[in-house]
Amino acid sequence: MAYVVTDLCCGCRYTECVTVCPVECFHVDETMTYIDPDNCIDCGGCVPVCPVGAIQASYLLAPDKVSWIEINRARSAETPTIISKLPPLPTAEERRKALSA
Amino acid sequence: MSGSLTPMRPQPSEATFRVAVVGGGPSGFYAAEGLLRSALPIAVDMFDRLPTPFGLVRSGVAPDHPKLKQVAAVFDRIAHTPGFRYVGGVAIGEDVPLETLRASYHAVILATGAMVDRRMGVPGEGLAGSRSAGEFVGWYNGHPDYSHLRFDLSSERAVVVGHGNVALDVARILLKTADELRHTDIAEHALGALAESRIREVHVVGRRGPCETRFSPKELHEFSDLTSCEPALDEDDLAPHSFASPANAGPDTRAALGMLEAFARGPRTKPRRCVFRFHLDPIAIEGDGRVERAMFRRTRCGEGDAGAELVAIECGLLFSSIGRRSAPLAGAPYDEARGVHANIEGRVVAASAVVPGLYVCGWSKRGPEGTIGANRACSAGTVERVLADLASLAAPPLAAERLIAGAAPRSGSVVDYAAWKRIDAAEVERGRRAGKPREKFVTIGEMIDVGGRRADACCR
Ligand SMILES: Cc1cc2nc3c(=O)[nH]c(=O)nc-3n(C[C@H](O)[C@H](O)[C@H](O)COP(=O)(O)OP(=O)(O)OC[C@H]3O[C@@H](n4cnc5c(N)ncnc54)[C@H](O)[C@@H]3O)c2cc1C
Ligand code: SF4
Ligand code: SF4
Repeated sequence: MAYVVTDLCCGCRYTECVTVCPVECFHVDETMTYIDPDNCIDCGGCVPVCPVGAIQASYLLAPDKVSWIEINRARSAETPTIISKLPPLPTAEERRKALSA
Repeated sequence: MSGSLTPMRPQPSEATFRVAVVGGGPSGFYAAEGLLRSALPIAVDMFDRLPTPFGLVRSGVAPDHPKLKQVAAVFDRIAHTPGFRYVGGVAIGEDVPLETLRASYHAVILATGAMVDRRMGVPGEGLAGSRSAGEFVGWYNGHPDYSHLRFDLSSERAVVVGHGNVALDVARILLKTADELRHTDIAEHALGALAESRIREVHVVGRRGPCETRFSPKELHEFSDLTSCEPALDEDDLAPHSFASPANAGPDTRAALGMLEAFARGPRTKPRRCVFRFHLDPIAIEGDGRVERAMFRRTRCGEGDAGAELVAIECGLLFSSIGRRSAPLAGAPYDEARGVHANIEGRVVAASAVVPGLYVCGWSKRGPEGTIGANRACSAGTVERVLADLASLAAPPLAAERLIAGAAPRSGSVVDYAAWKRIDAAEVERGRRAGKPREKFVTIGEMIDVGGRRADACCR
């Protein structure tokens, strides 16, 4: 098992999740973050802090989100780790409003 | 060489800021990391009252959650950063007054956690068989303050009061079979006692309803996967809309509710049960010389019958798991209402005036909430304040080396990180022989012997 960032994070990238990860296993590219499943210790701490509910335990993923398990594995291997908060993307606030509406 | 400590690294130069961290749990380590990653020249001495570091990761996190304990590798990496020094076996406030510590460092960060269990304050709480969750957790995890305790596991039913993850840990450890625990790092004495346990049913009782628990879905989920135990609910506790998600519920709340709802409909085939009880407020613990039953008042809100009905649960053992608070420390102002060292965003305050050079992080700053990693963000916030203040803080009049050399802890010795690594290696080796990841030493004497720095070995 591991925790997985899903497409709800795209274009938003509040990096609240990164600040509470005890093992620094978040990676990042231009659009979103990814969790390295081999380093994640399954603490679940990142789930409640994500303002858009983008993170979920792999066993709880809806069927249409299961493909994100492999995407997180593949992209985390190709992207740098991120250890502290980034400024949110310019579209972030809009996304948050759209998703919470 | 009584109590002496060989410096592991060259003495920091005069230009270096010296910071003491009190407490070697997650928040203390993340604070040290933040300080040592900063651009300023800083040396960090971390004090812990125990010889062993890692706080509740070692003595709180349940033995059957081994993956979480891998976070210790992160702490180990921090401990090997140049400028870091571990001073184990020294209790600030007992072995060394906080004032002396403050006079020996530019800044002191308190990271003392929340060591004191809150009491329910109901009649009968002092009866034999009535315990706090913290005592049980410390016992099965081999914390030297609790390893001598005995728990009477001869009755069929136990009650845990509280609806947080610690209550789930207590219930799960009580209900797992010895085979499910045998290959974890559970303390040997606890495994032996639990193997003989006659407990078959645990009631996990809370004052509120299913949508107001503090259970994480991850911990709840484990109850659907136990060898001999299945989760259940009691119909009497439920109202028609008990499982409706509140409008603003996050993914965790929704997931937890869904699981509780599934538990209510689950099968009844296994010999052990964990019963989740709701809307019950504890009012008394009764029994003749020892716990025989727990009394609750039904508190279902919105039904107009609150307070009308009394509910008794027969049990031989009861644990209160209703929260913790920080132990007050002489010389640090205490916030009674919050149960933490009084602070504004990490700066310790006395009557809202900042106490210069004194800071706090982790559970002793914000109370016992959040996962291990929440302390990273919390400590980063405190470190920001320290870095902003350091240049304006007075140079310490006393030398830290003298303080460390003169610390005369209970054990007659102090433990540096190299000594902890020897204790660690010995525990892992003992564990290997028993088919466990580690077999902990459960007394301070053993730890210090193995660490190899016992100064008073002759008088044992
Ligand atoms: C039973 C239990 C289970 C938990 N399970 C999980 C889990 O599964 N997942 C998760 O993410 N989180 C879990 N947690 C939460 C996690 O353990 C805490 O978030 C974290 O340990 C808090 O870190 P801390 O550094 O503030 O305090 P602590 O970990 O308590 O560390 C405080 C340290 O300070 C030392 N100390 C105290 N007073 C003094 C003094 N006067 N002088 C010197 N040293 C002193 C103590 O010995 C201790 O080492 C659990 C907590 C408990 C209680
Ligand atoms: S907090 Fe949520 S939305 Fe923001 S970066 Fe993390 S996963 Fe993405
Ligand atoms: S579950 Fe914990 S370890 Fe895994 S990514 Fe989230 S915060 Fe990090």
